[in-house]
Amino acid sequence: MRIKFTFWKLVFLALMVAGAWATMVRFTRGLGATTNLSDQFPWGIWISFDVLCGVMLAAGGFTLTAAVHILNIKRLHDIVRPTILTAFLGYLLVCVALMYDLGKPYNIWHPLIMRNPHSVMFEVAYCVMLYTLVLALEFSPIVLEKFNLKKPLKVIRAVLIPLVICGVILSTLHQSSLGSLYLIIPEKLHPFWYSPLLPVFFFLSAIAVGLAMTIFESTLSAKHFGRQLELPILQELGRVLVVVLGVYAILRLEDLGHRGALKLALQPGREMYLFWLEIALSLILPLILLLQPKVRMSPIGLYWAAALVVLGFITNRMNVSITGFEASAGVHYFPKWTELAVTGAIIAAGFALFGLAVRYLPIFPEERVAGPLAQETRAPDSLTRTVLGHAGD
Amino acid sequence: MSKALLYDATICIGCKQCEVACADQNKLPYDDTIAAEQRQSEHKFTVVLTKDDRFMRRLCMNCQVPTCASVCPVGALKKEAFGPVTYDPDKCMGCRYCMVACPFGVPKYEWNKLFPKVRKCVMCPDRVAAGKQTACAEICPTGATKFGEHDELLNEARRRVHENPGKYVDRIYGRFEVGGTSVLLLSSVPFESFGYPANVSTDPLPMLTYRVLSRIPDFLPLGGMVLGGVWWITHRREEVAAAEGPGRKSETGQDDRRPR
Repeated sequence: MRIKFTFWKLVFLALMVAGAWATMVRFTRGLGATTNLSDQFPWGIWISFDVLCGVMLAAGGFTLTAAVHILNIKRLHDIVRPTILTAFLGYLLVCVALMYDLGKPYNIWHPLIMRNPHSVMFEVAYCVMLYTLVLALEFSPIVLEKFNLKKPLKVIRAVLIPLVICGVILSTLHQSSLGSLYLIIPEKLHPFWYSPLLPVFFFLSAIAVGLAMTIFESTLSAKHFGRQLELPILQELGRVLVVVLGVYAILRLEDLGHRGALKLALQPGREMYLFWLEIALSLILPLILLLQPKVRMSPIGLYWAAALVVLGFITNRMNVSITGFEASAGVHYFPKWTELAVTGAIIAAGFALFGLAVRYLPIFPEERVAGPLAQETRAPDSLTRTVLGHAGD
Repeated sequence: MSKALLYDATICIGCKQCEVACADQNKLPYDDTIAAEQRQSEHKFTVVLTKDDRFMRRLCMNCQVPTCASVCPVGALKKEAFGPVTYDPDKCMGCRYCMVACPFGVPKYEWNKLFPKVRKCVMCPDRVAAGKQTACAEICPTGATKFGEHDELLNEARRRVHENPGKYVDRIYGRFEVGGTSVLLLSSVPFESFGYPANVSTDPLPMLTYRVLSRIPDFLPLGGMVLGGVWWITHRREEVAAAEGPGRKSETGQDDRRPR
C-alpha cells in the first residue's frame, strides 16, 4: 500500500512528533522542564488557549442544539451534527489538555468527592465532566445510526429534549464560569479586562464564536469534502452574529465607560495595542463586513467575517488570561516550544479526528444536487423530515 | 481563639533567625546561598527583605477569609479556627488557582518536581495546636515577631502606633486588608516599598465569586423551566399537525378507510 504524503499530512506528522516529544518531557521531568510557567505566572497557554479558547470554540454545540431543538428552527437542522461533533471533540481535547496542565493529573477526579462549592474551579470541574457526558450522549445517535442499533437509538431519541436542555444549561454555566474565574483578582487583572461582567462577556462571546465557528467550519468542510454549501443557512447565522456582536459591543463599551477604563484606550503600551487588536478583530472589522449586504450574502465574505470573529475572541481570551496579567505579575510570559508543541498536537488531533468522523460517520446530510436548484429540491425533503418528527438528532 | 503574628519592622535587626527556624520546622534546606535569596519560594516560606538599613518580613498572611481556600476546588487549603491556613497535598490536584488568586502572591509551586506541591507558610499548625508559638516567633531574639491572640496583638499594634507618633506609617498592615489577616505588620516606611500590594480591597475577595456562584442552585430550575417552556411553545405546531393529520389526509382522498 502506498500512502500519499500531501502537505497537510506532513504538517500533521511533524506536529504529532513534536507533541509526542513534549509529552515525554512533561510526564518524565515535570512542568518546570516543559513550560515557561513560574510562581509569578502560574497559568500559561495550556489554560489560555487549550482550555479557555477550546471551550469557547466548542460553543457551536449548545448554540445550534438550542436553536434547532428548543427554538424549533428546523432550517438549521442540517448543521447541528457537525457542531455537536466539534463540541464533543473540543471538550475531549480540553480534558486532554487538562491532563498536561494539572500538576497532579491523577487527582483530577478529586472534585467528585472533595467539594468546595465556593470555588469557581469546582463549578468548572463539574461543568467539564457533566457537559462532556451530555455531548457524548448527544453525539451517540450518529454512531448508533452508523451501526444501525435501533434500540439504544430509540432510548436516546426519547430523552433527547431533556438532554439538550441539560446541555444548554451546563454550557451557559461553563462558558460564563470561565469568566468568573477571574472575578477574584480585581487588583491583578488590567482594567481593560477585569469587569464584574466577565461571566456575561464570556457567555455572550461564546455564542458569537459558536455561530462564527459554524459558518467557518461549514465553509471549510464544504470546500474540503466537495459538499454543497448550506449558504442560506449560513447567511441567516451571519445576521444573528451581527446582532450578538452588536449587543456584546454595546455592553463592553458601557462597561469600559462606567469603570473609567476608556481613557486608558489612548495610552500607548502593550496592553493598549493588544486591546485594540482584540476589539478590531472581534468587533469592528466583522461588524463593518457583515453590515454590508454584499459581503453578508457571499460565502467568501461570511467566511472571512467568521474567521475574524474567531480570531478576535481568541485574542480576547489570551488578553484576559495572559496580557492582562503580566503587569501585576511583573514578568513577561511567552510559552516554551514544548508548550506550543503540545497545543499544536492537540489542534492537529482535533482536525484529524474531525476529518475521520466526517468520512466514516453520517455527520453531514446526504449529498444533494448542487447549484441554484438546490433550494427547491431541499424543501420537500426537510418537510418530510418534519412530518416524520425526527427533529431529534 | 484565633492566633496571630505581629511583626514590627522597627525592632527587627535582620538576623534571619526566623528564616532558619522556618526552614528547620518545615524540613527545608538552608545555607548561605538560600539565606541571600530575597524572595519567597518553594524552599523559602519566609524571607527577611533588606533595603538600606531597613528590614521587612514576608510570609503567608494567613488571611481571616483566605482567597486561596475559597478558590481551591477540592478544599486542599483550609482556614483553621485557631488561625493558620493549612494545606493538604494529598487532596491537591495542581490546578494552581490559589497561586493566581492570592492577592499577596504567596503560594509557590514545586515546578521542578514530577508530583509538585503548593508550598507556603502554614503558621506552624502542629505547634500552634499544641499550645506553642510558631517557630519564627519563638526564636526571634528581639521580639520583632510576636505570637499571640489576634485581638490582643491588634490592640498592642494600635498602642505602639499611638504612643510613638511619627515612628510608624499610619497603617497596621493586615488589620483591614482583604477583611483582615492573621499576620499584622508595623513599619516606618510604606509597605509598598517592600512589595506588599498597596491597593488591596478591604473586603474579603471570596465574595466576588461567591455572589455569582451562590445563584447557581436558583438558576438550574429556572433555566430548565424557561428552556422547557420555550420548547413546549415552539413545538405546538407539530402537535397540531399530529392531531389534524389523519383528517387532512382524508380530505385529499388519500385515506378512505375512515367511515363516513
